[in-house]
Amino acid sequence: MLIEGPPEADALIPLAADEDMRPPVALLAHAVDEPGRSSFWPMAEFSPEWVALRWALEHGVPARFIDLPATHTLAWEKHREREETGKAGKPGETGRAGETEGTEETEGTREGAGAEENCSGGRPGATGEGPGRGRREGGEEGSGAGGGPDVGREPGRARASGGGPEDADGSGGGEGGGSGAADEDRDGLRRDPLGTLAEVAGYDDPERWWEDVVEHRATGTKDPFAPFAALEEAMGALREAYDRDAAGHEDGRDLVREAYMRIQLRSAQREFGADGVAVVCGAWHVPALRRKVALAADRALLKGLPKVRTDLTWVPWTHRRLARAGGYGAGIDAPGWYAHLFASPDRPVERWLTRVAVLLREEDRIVSSAHVIEAVRLAETLAALRGRPLPGLSETTDAVRAVLCEGSDVPLALVRDRLVVGDVLGEVPAGAPAVPLQRDLDRLQRRLRLKPEAAERELALDLRRENDAERSRLLHRLRLLGVEWGEPAASRGGTGTFRETWRLRWEPELAVRVAEAGVWGTTVLAAATAKAEADAVAAGGLARVTALAERCLLAALPDALPTVMSVLADRAALDTDVGHLAQALPALARSLRYGDVRGTDTGALAEVAAGLAERIFVGLPPACVSLDADAAERMRRHVDAVHGAVGMLDEHAGLPPRWRAVLRVLSRRDSVPGVVRGRAVRLLLDEGELNPGAAARLMGLALSPGTPPGDAAAWIEGFVGGGSGGGLLLVHDERLLALVDGWLTTVPAEAFTDVLPLLRRTFSAYEPGVRRTLGDRVRRGPGKRGSEPGAHTGTPGFATGLDERRADAVLPVVRLLLGTNPDAADVGRGDERTGGDGRGDDTAGHVGTGDDGMSDDTAGGGAGTDGGTGDGALAGVGA
Amino acid sequence: MSVSVDPTSVKPSGTEPTDALRPHAEDAFAFELAALAAQDDRPRPARWKMSPWAVATYLLGGVLPDGTVISPKYVGPRRIVEVAVTTLATDRALLLLGVPGTAKTWVSEHLAAAVSGDSTLLVQGTAGTPEEAIRYGWNYAQLLAHGPSRDALVPSPVMRAMAEGATVRVEELTRIPADVQDTLITVLSEKTLPIPELGQEVQAVRGFNLIATANDRDRGVNELSSALRRRFNTVVLPLPESVEAEVDIVARRVDQIGRSLDLPAAPDGFEEIRRVVTVFRELRDGVTADGRTKVKSPSGTLSTAEAISVVTSGLALAAHFGDGVLRPADVAAGILGAVVRDPAADRVVWQEYLEAVVRERAGWTDFYRACREVSA
Repeated sequence: MLIEGPPEADALIPLAADEDMRPPVALLAHAVDEPGRSSFWPMAEFSPEWVALRWALEHGVPARFIDLPATHTLAWEKHREREETGKAGKPGETGRAGETEGTEETEGTREGAGAEENCSGGRPGATGEGPGRGRREGGEEGSGAGGGPDVGREPGRARASGGGPEDADGSGGGEGGGSGAADEDRDGLRRDPLGTLAEVAGYDDPERWWEDVVEHRATGTKDPFAPFAALEEAMGALREAYDRDAAGHEDGRDLVREAYMRIQLRSAQREFGADGVAVVCGAWHVPALRRKVALAADRALLKGLPKVRTDLTWVPWTHRRLARAGGYGAGIDAPGWYAHLFASPDRPVERWLTRVAVLLREEDRIVSSAHVIEAVRLAETLAALRGRPLPGLSETTDAVRAVLCEGSDVPLALVRDRLVVGDVLGEVPAGAPAVPLQRDLDRLQRRLRLKPEAAERELALDLRRENDAERSRLLHRLRLLGVEWGEPAASRGGTGTFRETWRLRWEPELAVRVAEAGVWGTTVLAAATAKAEADAVAAGGLARVTALAERCLLAALPDALPTVMSVLADRAALDTDVGHLAQALPALARSLRYGDVRGTDTGALAEVAAGLAERIFVGLPPACVSLDADAAERMRRHVDAVHGAVGMLDEHAGLPPRWRAVLRVLSRRDSVPGVVRGRAVRLLLDEGELNPGAAARLMGLALSPGTPPGDAAAWIEGFVGGGSGGGLLLVHDERLLALVDGWLTTVPAEAFTDVLPLLRRTFSAYEPGVRRTLGDRVRRGPGKRGSEPGAHTGTPGFATGLDERRADAVLPVVRLLLGTNPDAADVGRGDERTGGDGRGDDTAGHVGTGDDGMSDDTAGGGAGTDGGTGDGALAGVGA
Repeated sequence: MSVSVDPTSVKPSGTEPTDALRPHAEDAFAFELAALAAQDDRPRPARWKMSPWAVATYLLGGVLPDGTVISPKYVGPRRIVEVAVTTLATDRALLLLGVPGTAKTWVSEHLAAAVSGDSTLLVQGTAGTPEEAIRYGWNYAQLLAHGPSRDALVPSPVMRAMAEGATVRVEELTRIPADVQDTLITVLSEKTLPIPELGQEVQAVRGFNLIATANDRDRGVNELSSALRRRFNTVVLPLPESVEAEVDIVARRVDQIGRSLDLPAAPDGFEEIRRVVTVFRELRDGVTADGRTKVKSPSGTLSTAEAISVVTSGLALAAHFGDGVLRPADVAAGILGAVVRDPAADRVVWQEYLEAVVRERAGWTDFYRACREVSA
């Protein structure tokens, strides 16, 4: 049994019979020194290659792979332009179709229908990017003698089929490089020979053409080989045209592969006799294999091929990946459907629709047996109307939509995802060789001197050092892949951007995780990128996607960012809850900053963040009406978070003014809860957008007798509450304090008990010193109203006059922090202490500020605002 | 009081259909139907005037072996017509769903005309449709004079279709009150219509079937009970697939309406029509035309029919109060009215769309300003 596939995998064939081996699986070939370079040969349960393999193993028939060794094909990849590759697998391989070479087997019928029949198929093989439409259908399992009883499939529903060879690499035209339509035609022909045939037949959908002409036609045919013969003829005609055009500019790869296959075929025929050999390969290659070519000519073609050290193994695969047209997918549109056809003993349509009904019921849709009956009737009649002997996927889908889904495409999408494509995950026995991901990890561990140890230890990284930065990236990537080797720990000394602390511990089961993660890619980088992209698409909420974006930056996965960002933008666009948006924004703003620090390109991120901010600005005012106390408090926190984030996004011109406009709207609208209104006024005041007089006027309005006391107390909480330095504001602006004091005395007794908890919450958050000062001021009474606030009043803790000398001493530090005024440096230098520090270690100074900024931000307390008014030092805001 | 009206009784039998403002499908396309029936050699279900294949051809258009050209009645996915015809052939009731302006009524009329040769057995669903319109009414003079008898009975279109084995149409099924809707359950499942007053029943003969149309995104409709719903196969008629197709439909229809209202033709209105259609499509689909930005969809249906009315009223504005050229300001108010149905939620959707999509778009500055003005 000769199968189109890498001969290095011959040693792995026995594993296919392992009881822990469950398709879909893929043969994976990768370059030893460069795990990123790899090819896949995916096989589903119904793939001709798989059926052939299993049949051979069960019947003790020797099986071999006969395609050009992966050692050459992978080396080829190297020689080709790399840019188009990008990802690992562009394997060449692929297609296969059934074909019988050497016709009847010696054992007579034994093999008979067995494998060969199945051979069909399409190009599932490959990996390729090609949208191949894979023909599947494995075939009738050995109907013949040795093969035991027919599995009982009606022979009719043929799974025969041949298929299109689809070459992932489209070796056809691509490299020809020539211009002109002829080339394009050739390219198309090579990439999609079935499409070409279908087009000639007047079909716009090759899949449908295939079903009509091959799959359904075989019903009732006596000769199981008839479709193969016909396909061979068709391919022969195509090859004729193709090879003729190819004469001028040989691209050669197919020819080399076919030369190798011919040599293998010849030696097998010598060994087992001309009739003792069956070949499962892409129909495309059949004419070439039949051709009589001198052995020497074939050998000559194989001379001097580049080589690279390769390793092969089995890896688990999934139906979803079989279905994915690009990347590693095999381009089978409906693996679940074909697996169903292959597995169901009879009545495939009835069984299929029943499965659909079960699925829909699980999802709480009401679907009765009567529905299923009607769906079957509809599907069958549709097939008749369309002139087909049996309902295919399109008929059943139409029936499901019209009957079971009541015309809606939403449940239909579920059916497509769960059944047509399917959730099947393959399994590979533990004995299979290690996946390349593990090797890549080993390599990285060696290079970064980061040994996996079972004992827990703490690792402090200084990200300014290249080696440490790479270690950090590796750990972050592994975490994304679910390999929890390191766990971020709170840094001990300093919480700076440049420091990271990890707690490392290698558990044995992590090796299993690595093996599992092998489906995502062959290198840690590629796997983490693929996983992050998949996670983004599957992520539940907006905040999750934002967190993922942050992790992508930490793990330095620039290739995953575009996907994550577009998912993020989509989620943000559709999310109607401003709260979610507001929660997502700070993480984004943080990522932006962090990305800047790490030198990542954050252009896309900035755009998304700005878009998110815009949506929040639009949505926030309407979202702030009719809220109860808890919701209002949440909303106040959102306002704070957005305010802090907008501060961090300040380079996006236009955002801060718009945000202030939103705040102004909030501060003036009566339907907005007091706590939010108060907060908005406060933020505007801190921004310098409102002068203290205006703020006092607004406060006066909010605290006027007409306002319900509860609302007024909430306003006060919003305005001066929390850890936002509001106490100091009251200390410094007596007008405000007087307003509060005046209002409090007018609160009627019956309302006072309602207001008290709110006020207590507001004021108890103040520092003891501030509370005491406030108490003193209040005790002193509001009688001194009208005097200049904060100036010449003999307050405890403050001198009556300004001590100019001590005040001047602060200036150099302030200037150093602001880092703007060159004069300041001079002054600073004059001063012994500050000057010395500042000049001596510029970096340290810079880092120092950076750290503060970051840590505050991370704490999320609305850092920007905090410093502001409180201590009166502008530097706080700046830093 | 008998409410049910026998539609056939008002059609003057034997007269030439050409005088009618809008002839029935079976009259307007009598030639095509006859040609199809004549050349149809495939098996026909009982009492069908032609085979299912011929019905599909009649709707989708084609050329017959003898060269007769069948004009397409429905331009859209072939799948839809095939499923619809197949449903009728399998004896299941057909429910055509879709937003206004997706040719539901048109398709149901032509289906009935092709299948039964008669599209006039029609129940028009309204909020006031009584049970008599679906079951039967009484001729009270007869009833009082002679007592209950079949002579005193006034059959509904449904009853007539059952007795004759024809196709009956129910328009706007979801507008009919729920209790009246449920009358159909017996008809569709038992295929009989009992007449308890006479101790009789009308049994449907083969060939009877029912096509209902309903609007799935409208407000104020009576959802079908699941008992009734599951007696239908549902086909959703989609909105036009491409911008071009929709612009074309809108432009053509606006032109017709404009002429009947004696509006002056707008020479440069095409660009605005395209703009209106683009806005409608983007909001409806929830994604911008370039497929790169998602947007929220408002609660309104934003059907093609509404786009037509926005453009028409814009034209009227331009003609009577403007300079005769359709300008962004003329359509802005109309669009706002069509989009913002729910004052709170839809306004946010609209403003987000304006800020996130329209503001940035090259060449849309005037439109953005006009919209800002009316939205403010």
